[in-house]
Order: sequence, then C-alpha cells, then structure tokens
Amino acid sequence: MAGLEADAVWTPAPPVSRRSRVPATLIWGALIVLVVLALAAAAPWIAPYPYDEMQIMARLKPPSFAHWFGTDDYGRDVLTRTLIGARLSLLMGLGATAFCLAIGVPIGLYTGYRRGRVEEIVMRAMDVLMSFPPILLGLLVLAVTTPSLWKTVLAVGVVYVPAIVRLTRSVTLELAQEEFVLAARARGDGSAYIVLREILPNAWPPIAVEGSLRITFAILLGAALSFLGMGAQPPSSDWGLMISEARAFVDRAPWIALAPGIAMCVTVIGVNLLGDGLREFLDPRMRSGKGS
Amino acid sequence: MGFYVAKRVATIGVILVIISGLIFVITQGLPGSVARMIAGQFATPDVIAAIEQRLHLNDPLFTQYWRWASGILSGDLGQSLIMERPIGPMLREALANSALLATISIVLLTLVGVSLGIVAAIKHNSMLDHGISVFTFLGISVPEFFWGIVLILVFAGYLHWLPSGGAGNLSAGWGAWASHLVLPAATLTFALIAHVSRMTRSSMLETLRSPYVLFARAKGLPERVVLVRHALRNALLPTITVLAIDIGLLIGGVVVVETVFSYPGLGRLLIFAIERHDLPLIQASILVIAAIYCFANLVADLLYAYFNPKIRYGGTRS
Repeated sequence: MAGLEADAVWTPAPPVSRRSRVPATLIWGALIVLVVLALAAAAPWIAPYPYDEMQIMARLKPPSFAHWFGTDDYGRDVLTRTLIGARLSLLMGLGATAFCLAIGVPIGLYTGYRRGRVEEIVMRAMDVLMSFPPILLGLLVLAVTTPSLWKTVLAVGVVYVPAIVRLTRSVTLELAQEEFVLAARARGDGSAYIVLREILPNAWPPIAVEGSLRITFAILLGAALSFLGMGAQPPSSDWGLMISEARAFVDRAPWIALAPGIAMCVTVIGVNLLGDGLREFLDPRMRSGKGS
Repeated sequence: MGFYVAKRVATIGVILVIISGLIFVITQGLPGSVARMIAGQFATPDVIAAIEQRLHLNDPLFTQYWRWASGILSGDLGQSLIMERPIGPMLREALANSALLATISIVLLTLVGVSLGIVAAIKHNSMLDHGISVFTFLGISVPEFFWGIVLILVFAGYLHWLPSGGAGNLSAGWGAWASHLVLPAATLTFALIAHVSRMTRSSMLETLRSPYVLFARAKGLPERVVLVRHALRNALLPTITVLAIDIGLLIGGVVVVETVFSYPGLGRLLIFAIERHDLPLIQASILVIAAIYCFANLVADLLYAYFNPKIRYGGTRS
C-alpha cells in the first residue's frame, strides 16, 4: 500500500536526530518480524515432527494436543509444515529482494550519475519490463523450465528490478546536484568514489524502505507462483504450495489451508508495519504530517 | 490530447514488438529443447523429431519469430498443440469471460473502496475508521488465492449460498449466471480494496482541511454539499491514479483467482497451457495479456487526464 507512493514522495532528508521518537508501527513491525524470523530459524529444532513424516493412520485429523494445527491428507503435521514453510517464504521474500537490490541499485546509481544514452536505453528497457503484469513475467520465466525454488526467487527478483532502478536513479539524480557532491567533484574525486562514498550513503534510506516493502510483495508473489505450481515443489512445505494442496480438502479439513494462510498474513502485516514505520522514522516530513 | 494519444499508442506498438520478441526468445530460445519440454522427459527421438518438424524448430530463431509474428499480424495466433484448435477463437471466448469478471471487480472496487475511504475520512480516528483500516489491511496482507479458498469454504462449503467455481450459463437464468461471478469478483475486490480506500481516505482528509472547503462551510452550505461537491470531486483525483495501478494488479490477480474458482477466463487458459506445455498457447496468451495491460494503462492515464483539468497532454507547453 505504502509502496505505491514510496518512490513518488521521497526527497533526500536531513540526518535524523538521535532523539527522534521511534514510531509504534516500527516497534510492532520489528517485533513481529523478529518473532517470525526466530521461529523460522529455530523451526527444525522446535517443530514437533519431521516436515515430511507421513502418518497414514492420522490423515486429516483436526487440531488436537498431539497435532496443534491438525494433520494434512498424508497425515503430516500442519504445525511443523507451517514452521518449516516460514523458512521458505522468508527465503523467497528476502532472497528475491536481495537479488533485485543487487541488480537494481548499481544500475540506478550508474544511470542516475552518468546520465546520457546508457540511461535512456536502460530506462526504456525498464519500461518494457514494467509493461508486463508482475505475475506474468514470473510465469513466463518459469513456464519453460522445470520449476524449482531458486528459479522462483530469481523470477520474482527480476520482476522487481525496474522499481528499484527507478527509485535509485531518481534519488541519485537529486543527490548529484547537492553541494557536497559538487564539492567532491571540484576536489577531483573519481566517479566511483563519489557514487560509493558520497551518494550511496545518502541514498540508502529510501532504498531500505522500498526494499522492506518489496519483501512483502515478493512473499506474496512467490506464494502465488507456488500456488500455481511454478514455485516450490512437493513435498516441500512452502505456504503457497500448502494452500494449493489443501484446496481439495478445504471442506473437510480447513485447518490445512488456514494455518499457512494466517502465518502468511501475520508475516506480511509485520513486514508492512516495519516498512511503514521505517519510512516514518527516516522521513521527518512524515512525522510532522502525522494523522493524515 | 490527440497528439498525446497517438504518441502513446505508437509507443505501445513498439513495446509490444519488443515484448513479443522477449516472449519468443524466453519460451523458444532458452537453453533446453522445446520439443523435449512439450513431449516430456521420456519421449523417444522419433517423437522429438516429429514435434521439431511440426513446429519448424530447426529453422533459425529469427525465421521462427518472423513466421510467428507475421501470423499474429495477419490475425492468425496459431494452433493449440493440446486441443488441436485454432487459438484465436479460444482466446476470444476466454477474454470475454475475463473482461466480464475484471469489469465487475473494477466497478465494485471503485464503489466500495471509495465509499469506505469517505466514511473513514469523515469518521477520522474513530472505531469505524480503525475497523475499516484493519478490514482493508487484511485484504492486501494475504494473497487472493487464500481469501478465495476462505470464501469458497464459507459461502459454498458451509452456507451453500453460492457455487464454488466454474462459469454460469445464461440459459439457466440470470440468477444462476450471476451467482458464479460473486465469489471471484469479491475475492479480486477484497485483495485490492485497501489501495483505493486508503488513498481516498488520505486525500479526502487533506481536502477537508483545505481553504476552499473551509470557505464552503463558512458560507453555510449543508455538510452533504460540502462533502460531495467540494471535497469529494477534488479528493478523487489521486484515487484515479491508484485505480490505474490497480488495473495492472487486477490483471495479475485474475490469473490466480480464475485458477482458484476454475473460471474459464484468460488466466485459467494460460495456466492450463503452462501445465500442458502448450507452447503456442502460452505465447499467444501472454502476448494478449501484456497487450491488454499496456492498453489498460493507457486508458487509465487518459481517464486521469480527463478528470484533471490542469493536465493538457501535448497542448499548452510550459
């Protein structure tokens, strides 16, 4: 939601005062994300069963003391699969975001600083990539190859490269006109030094905010691709795949779909709050404009 | 304005040519045999050779692209490998179904989203405002397919009010026909409603604080007139921008929602094609969806220009 406005509203902000109040959304978001990360990290140790252990005699059992979130159609423990699934979903979200930042930020910095014909060509290429609905670009890449998790991570990452390039470029364009950059140029500093040591440290706040919001988009898009059969493959316990497999039993055993769905909801709300809070914290104008 | 539209249409033409090239290169040019992908891992060399001959896969890539692209330009989208039928009529039928679903969803999204946004702005910081925030936030925090399944569970599984999937037939009556559209349209709307309602709420709040609204109130105009004639008309402009972005998201959502509800639209057809490795159908479906996406964005931009008198594309130059 906030991502829609993220690249439109940003202008370089003065350094944030240390005494600034930390927004509640940031605290709550960070708390939820930390809990999810901790659960995902500890999943193999705290999960009560192996994620692929089948108990044929305990198929489609409702939540009970032995299986807190019930079992699926193979008698696998849904709590275990949801916990292990958190690792896959976070891997999808964080991996795809890391990929789009790793590709998008250098391109954005380069085109925003050097300008010229390369900038024109790169930006038109980004326009073409943005002419695809995101899920379609992912499907196109995954349709012709054997599906696997890492390919989905890359496909989702590619989808979000144009947004990062555009944002980084626009921030770089503005920063390149700032006095400290002009001073560095006058000193005779090299382009690489100026971009890496002068522009990048000042450009990171909006990129960090956009990156945090991309994590939720990536989790949701990755889940949708897995749901459509183009992402993680059975017997893995990716949340999108779990919901897809639960479709056939939804009237008899709704808990199989509800557990990963609710887990995804909590994760995405946490990351969204974190992103919104981060934006509010890093952009002083947002703080003064509170309440609207 | 005319110049602007012509320029945009020309740009879309160029973009579509590039996109068609991309689709072709990715689907047919990636390492790995296309014939093996279609025939499966255990196909015999004879079968592979037959497919390669049938699809002219041994020709140079550019020749293959040229044959495909010129066929499309003359209205021939090719033949489906699985259904052995021309792709054109199949796509038209699916497109009509998807367009119906998308149109209903956009109308619902606009009506419900704007209404919720207005109510939230008027009742700013009340329980109702917070309630609307939470409700809409839930919509974007979980993918469409999850809400689709929840709606099927509640309205088809437990309450038996609505069918769980498929498309209705008009011969069975209007009610039966429309009932098939309710759940998919509601799912698509719910997934996007937060964008519209949040934007309407924030721009409405901003407008309500503006001097002209203050002046309208000072004149003693009734609150309804102030809200509808003065505040809402100006507040809706940013909402139109968000709606334009949502059209893109909606097209993506349609692919997923049609799969959940087994609704025979373009998205379901594409997923069917991907599952069955029907290469010509995959290429044609993706190209058609990309073209619709480009033109939908153009329409959204034009609507924005139409509603915003300050914008004169290609007219006055500053």
